[in-house]
Amino acid sequence: MTDLAYLKADFPIITDGVHFLDSGASSQKPIPVLEAMDRFARTSYANVHRGAYKLSVAATEAYEAARGRVAEFIGAEDAREIIFVRGTTTALNTVAFGWGLENLNEGDRIIASEIEHHANLVPWQMVAKRVGARLDHIPMTDDYRLDIDAFESMMGPDVKVVAVTGMSNVLGTMPPVKRISDIAHRHGARVVVDAAQLVPHSRVDVKELGADFLAFSAHKMLGPTGIGVLWGTMDALEEMEPFEGGGEMISDVTLHDATWAEIPHRFEAGTPPIIEAVGLHAAIDYLESIGMDKVLQHDIELTEVALERVGDVPGVTIYGPAGLDDRGGVVSMVMDGVHAHDLGTILDENGVSVRAGHHCAKPLMRRLGVSATARASFYVYNTEEDIDALVVGLRRAGELFGMS
Amino acid sequence: MALEELYREVILDHYRTPRNRGHLDAPDASAEGVNPLCGDEINVELALEGDEVVAVAVEGQGCSISQASASMMTEAIKGKTRAEIEDLTAKFRSMMSLDGEGGLDLDPDRPGAVLGDLEALQGVRKYPVRIKCASLGWTVLADALAE
Repeated sequence: MTDLAYLKADFPIITDGVHFLDSGASSQKPIPVLEAMDRFARTSYANVHRGAYKLSVAATEAYEAARGRVAEFIGAEDAREIIFVRGTTTALNTVAFGWGLENLNEGDRIIASEIEHHANLVPWQMVAKRVGARLDHIPMTDDYRLDIDAFESMMGPDVKVVAVTGMSNVLGTMPPVKRISDIAHRHGARVVVDAAQLVPHSRVDVKELGADFLAFSAHKMLGPTGIGVLWGTMDALEEMEPFEGGGEMISDVTLHDATWAEIPHRFEAGTPPIIEAVGLHAAIDYLESIGMDKVLQHDIELTEVALERVGDVPGVTIYGPAGLDDRGGVVSMVMDGVHAHDLGTILDENGVSVRAGHHCAKPLMRRLGVSATARASFYVYNTEEDIDALVVGLRRAGELFGMS
Repeated sequence: MALEELYREVILDHYRTPRNRGHLDAPDASAEGVNPLCGDEINVELALEGDEVVAVAVEGQGCSISQASASMMTEAIKGKTRAEIEDLTAKFRSMMSLDGEGGLDLDPDRPGAVLGDLEALQGVRKYPVRIKCASLGWTVLADALAE
């Protein structure tokens, strides 16, 4: 087992008896991230891109350095391809509305998938209705993966955009984004990847991935809330209109008209999350000090242990790919006769935090034939002990409800 | 043990064997409600004779607390008038601290004296996120009666 237990000391919330298994919803923050934000706010804070004074210059430098760090982290060619937004949801809405309203017409098709989070589904529904486009979905196979053959046969010249997750927040499935991108591009469609779960847990190189847009959030990767990233190729970003107007995104403004600033600033209206950008920078430094390959390896090892030990608990069914290939550290489960919310409460009494509910993926829940699951998700600060505590809690739930 | 307080045997019994489950042939009033955060669903149908609820049926899905609470509710309201049900609902909401007045005083020496089996749900108060589960059926009942 990849031993990362030494990292626990960096996370003030992770103390003895705390088994935090909800990093898929939001991760905990290590001291270096908290200190970087604190230090910046105490010594270098001002608004960016505005003041002629030294503090503003320092803040602008820190903010733009974060942009460069993100670009490097995901293998972007140019830091201008990094747009700072509020989070994954804002990033995906920015593409759906900023790109979609400009480039989609009546009769066009949008393809999403059956396993999407609402954030990569609802914006496309909204835009499809506005422009009169049709929304289709890549089906899920019986092994909880995307049916790529079916996807290929769905493609045609009327498909203008394919919106797909990089890693399912419910199943852990990591769809073959590269293959999907190649197929989509052969038909001239743009590819948008919801990477909220992928980027925090896996090494991503956007050039290898082949997508046109990629969205993720800092708070799921040891960073702060309030900042996320929309990456796009320059080509794709140039096809996009600003989704929000306001300060900082303009070149010139008259009473009736305005022209846009250069990319990326035209997509960053208003004062951006400056302290949070510094936090994201520190979070990337922290993750890379561990090594993204090791982060993923650790998640997979914990997943292997969880699939085995949780799978042994009487009455438990796990939803997700059976093997460990192309699968991240997310284990969704139900227990016969015990509703997921009851599991959540009982596990909490055992110090185990899991997410119970529909995980903002109601169409997938319907497809699975359940109303809710309990989900354990892993990150660098988790150990086998957390899984053992989960198993003890699950057995207790079975006893309490008289199911075992 | 707090968990045993929450999951009293009577609650688990109503969860496993819900009473008055299903649909009425010709309901005089009905309503449905969802807790959008967790997805719990309850549908309540009522048959009324004048002011009195003579039959009630509940359908739905969700956690033990939401479904058991609705099941207990059906037993508690059958044969009662609107005024009696309003009084019962007020007492229930007070027991769950939903009226902002700090909770109904139950007699610890005479369990069940005030609200019958429903008193088993008072353990839910210690789990604030679950209070909405317990109250869902009652909210839907109020909607049905307001029709």
